[in-house]
Amino acid sequence: MKSFRGETLSWQMADGVIELVLDHPPCNEIGSATLAELEKFTAALDALQKDCHALIISSHRTEGFCAGADLRELYHRSRALPPAKRVAGVRDFVERIHRVGNTIDAAPLTTIAAVHGVTFGGGFELALLCDLIVADKMTRFCFPELRLGLIPSFGGIPRLRRDVGNGVVRDLLLTGRSINASKAQAIGLVSQVTAEGDALRVARATAAQVAKFDRDTTIAAKKFIKPIPYEELEQEVDIFCDLFTRPAVEAGLRKFVESTDALPYLP
Amino acid sequence: MSTIQTTTDEVLRLASEHFKVPLEKLSPDDDFFKKLGINSLQALDLLTRIEQHFRIELPDYELQGVSDFRTLAERIQSRL
Repeated sequence: MKSFRGETLSWQMADGVIELVLDHPPCNEIGSATLAELEKFTAALDALQKDCHALIISSHRTEGFCAGADLRELYHRSRALPPAKRVAGVRDFVERIHRVGNTIDAAPLTTIAAVHGVTFGGGFELALLCDLIVADKMTRFCFPELRLGLIPSFGGIPRLRRDVGNGVVRDLLLTGRSINASKAQAIGLVSQVTAEGDALRVARATAAQVAKFDRDTTIAAKKFIKPIPYEELEQEVDIFCDLFTRPAVEAGLRKFVESTDALPYLP
Repeated sequence: MSTIQTTTDEVLRLASEHFKVPLEKLSPDDDFFKKLGINSLQALDLLTRIEQHFRIELPDYELQGVSDFRTLAERIQSRL
């Protein structure tokens, strides 16, 4: 399938570049609909990548790249299950998203996240799958999960640790604070910072540049310098699922879902 | 060297320019959520503009409970 337009995202292929665009209001929250379409994308990727050298992931939403997991759906779906089945339900969701993430992470393409605005939680984790992050100067990155009594669960901790120092991981994880694009570039997370609204253009220019190199060499280089931390990724799922059973998590999710706070996204 | 007065003035000017609210309609004690009509995502946008303008890092947890320009300016001033 060379192009697809779904309920939450679309993709198309042009000039050897696959462009995957998230477009699900309000800010591309990742729930079951997005996951199902991401699975459709990764299933199609084998065929797509034969004629491509790069993948760009971006967002069509003005609010940002992605605000993370759909916590409202997570809360309501979890509540609909008997307590004994809740962890199994959430584990199934998280393991499915890990399979999607591992496929994109390992894809024999140069992958570029073109991000802007809110890039939080699962959105941050989606960007971390990519080889390069090109960020609009108004981007903010954040792992707010601890405020809910949880840890990131889409592979964020091992992948952030792969890219930056452990001190930075602890800072972002344990304080839950957000950082801007300049700071993210200073710590080595972001490769290029662009003017407002220019991330996708710069990502396309970068994709055109990487097309100049021999593809097999690029694939070998990527495999060498970007190992996938499978063991830690599995540990992350286990820790997340253990934490999910605690009453504090349900209380935290309920508080978020019912919040009328002016700053529900802030930790 | 910036004083709290000049910092407050700059915050008001930034907010006025970005959210298209006439400067004369903004005052230091205004609730910026109400006066600018902004939501949490737009507040993050304001935070980023503040960090860029003043060349500071302002952790968002320091802004919890802050809703008026004067207190916001004080938080900024403490980072200058």
